[in-house]
Amino acid sequence: MRPGDRVFRGLAEGSGVLIVALIAAIGLFLLWRAVPALTRNEANFFLYGGNWVTTDTSAMQFGILDLLQVTVFVSLFALLLAMPVALGIAIYLTQYAHKRVSGPLAYMVDLLAAVPSIIYGVWGLYVLAPVIKPFAIWLNESLGWIFLFSTGNASVAGGGTIFTAGIVLAVMILPIITAVTREVFVQTPRGQIEAALALGATRWEVVRTTVLPFGMSGYISGAMLGLGRALGETIALLIILRGTQTAFGWSLFDAGYTFASKIASAASEFNDQYKAGAYIAAGLVLFILTFVVNSLARAAVAGKDRSAS
Amino acid sequence: MTSTLDRPVKAPTFQGVSARRKFTNNLATVLVTASVLVALVPLVWVLATVVIKGFGAVMSSTWWFNSQAGMTAFQAGGGAYHAIVGTVLQALVCAVISIPVGVFVGIYLVEYGGGTKLGKVTTFMVDILTGVPSIVAALFIYALWVATLGFERSGFAVSLALVLLMIPVIVRSTEEMLRIVPMDLREASYALGVPKWKTISAIVIPTALSGIVTGILLALARVMGETAPLLILVGYSQAMNFDMFGGFMGSLPGMMFDQTSAGAGANPVPTDRLWGAAFTLVVLIALLNIGARFIAKFFAPKKV
Repeated sequence: MRPGDRVFRGLAEGSGVLIVALIAAIGLFLLWRAVPALTRNEANFFLYGGNWVTTDTSAMQFGILDLLQVTVFVSLFALLLAMPVALGIAIYLTQYAHKRVSGPLAYMVDLLAAVPSIIYGVWGLYVLAPVIKPFAIWLNESLGWIFLFSTGNASVAGGGTIFTAGIVLAVMILPIITAVTREVFVQTPRGQIEAALALGATRWEVVRTTVLPFGMSGYISGAMLGLGRALGETIALLIILRGTQTAFGWSLFDAGYTFASKIASAASEFNDQYKAGAYIAAGLVLFILTFVVNSLARAAVAGKDRSAS
Repeated sequence: MTSTLDRPVKAPTFQGVSARRKFTNNLATVLVTASVLVALVPLVWVLATVVIKGFGAVMSSTWWFNSQAGMTAFQAGGGAYHAIVGTVLQALVCAVISIPVGVFVGIYLVEYGGGTKLGKVTTFMVDILTGVPSIVAALFIYALWVATLGFERSGFAVSLALVLLMIPVIVRSTEEMLRIVPMDLREASYALGVPKWKTISAIVIPTALSGIVTGILLALARVMGETAPLLILVGYSQAMNFDMFGGFMGSLPGMMFDQTSAGAGANPVPTDRLWGAAFTLVVLIALLNIGARFIAKFFAPKKV
């Protein structure tokens, strides 16, 4: 091997190794920094849901129960809103739209992902929330007997609720789900579509009998990637969701902290290794959560690639 | 006269599409079309809000060349110069670190290790890195750079966190671009006795360059709006700070977040500053996006 080749190959391979090492380092460093705080935690880390007491670093109380519930609840709500819309867009762009229209439209949907999340946050709180306020109040008043719409620990009229946050989050994850779904839908074998047409299927029946069965795994994995994004969203939720002292009660009109917004809200406490350690422990759980969700999503797509080829 | 042979034996079995199927088909068409409109509403709404509410602030003469030094929350005046400088500096330092690493990982995956075990692990890890939330990246840099190595919280630490978010985007686009470079070009080069590294750096990369640069610009636009690392890794400063390694540093997302806690929505001064900063940030991102489209369009290798 020529020396130039050896150097170049080394650089390329080294960069690859660096990426692998980086992921391992993220897990290890977070764990290493979290352990000292965890040993001084007097509450059960997984079952404690109350306020975090970190002022006395020799006897701290912190736990992730409430964070986990709020994070999962708001992410699933956003997913529920975004999934049907993303499916519709993907079907429209790949099966209905003319080529000349679908390109620009796809670009515009992708642009949704280019808007920074802090802009979504301020838009959600200052612009969207007042507009959807009547609807939120109506939901709360007429359907309040269902636990989802019951009066929670935040003001319905104030808008700093999971209801508002979930809608904003749905907009943010929409482009991700759409992009992955579209990519798979567009690969539907031409032969299957034409066979369905030849049997006299209507346009919708073509979609239902060929595109959907073929692309379902892509749609699922797109939704999982969207979920992974939603779980880790920080600043939009920090701005929209009101902090609260009351426990979470599975209502859309609750507020509270997700993992990410809790950590970001405590930026001033990052001056002491034990205080910071408590939040790093929460960050580690978030890292593992997103790691698992993203791996499952990739596995779903990878499985499809193999069966298609 | 028609013979019996000309007439079909049986009545035609084709029937028109039943009303129910027609209805379902039309309903589906309406629904999928409506979902596209549903997606475009927030896009137009958000951008229009930012432009309308932010336009006033950015048109003031002091906006682009003054900082907020010495200003109080409810006193009108000052600008976003400190924030623009901070955002651009952090993004540039991040780019200087991410671009070589990202491009080399892309080269490794396409030219060297695609099928090997390490290659597969790397691909998987890049996927995982894509999904790492920005707050986790910030915590990692805090744990490594600040808590373990003992450095100050600074603009540079933010850049490091942004590197983690930028690398996977660059790797993906580089990989995609290198894969569409025709094999013939590489083989022609090998046949002339050109070593592999020279083939890659003189033939493959230049061919794919416009695509790679486009990907880098889009990745840069993506990390510019990140806010979570700013909160953890550097304080927000209203004054100018060109020092990446020390002191608080302004930035556009930092300025926006600062206004949300300074009474935006209630008082017109922080509200104007908030939307002004949002408008400026959108303009920066739009410039990068337009630049990326421009390069992709005009510098792409000509199709034969």
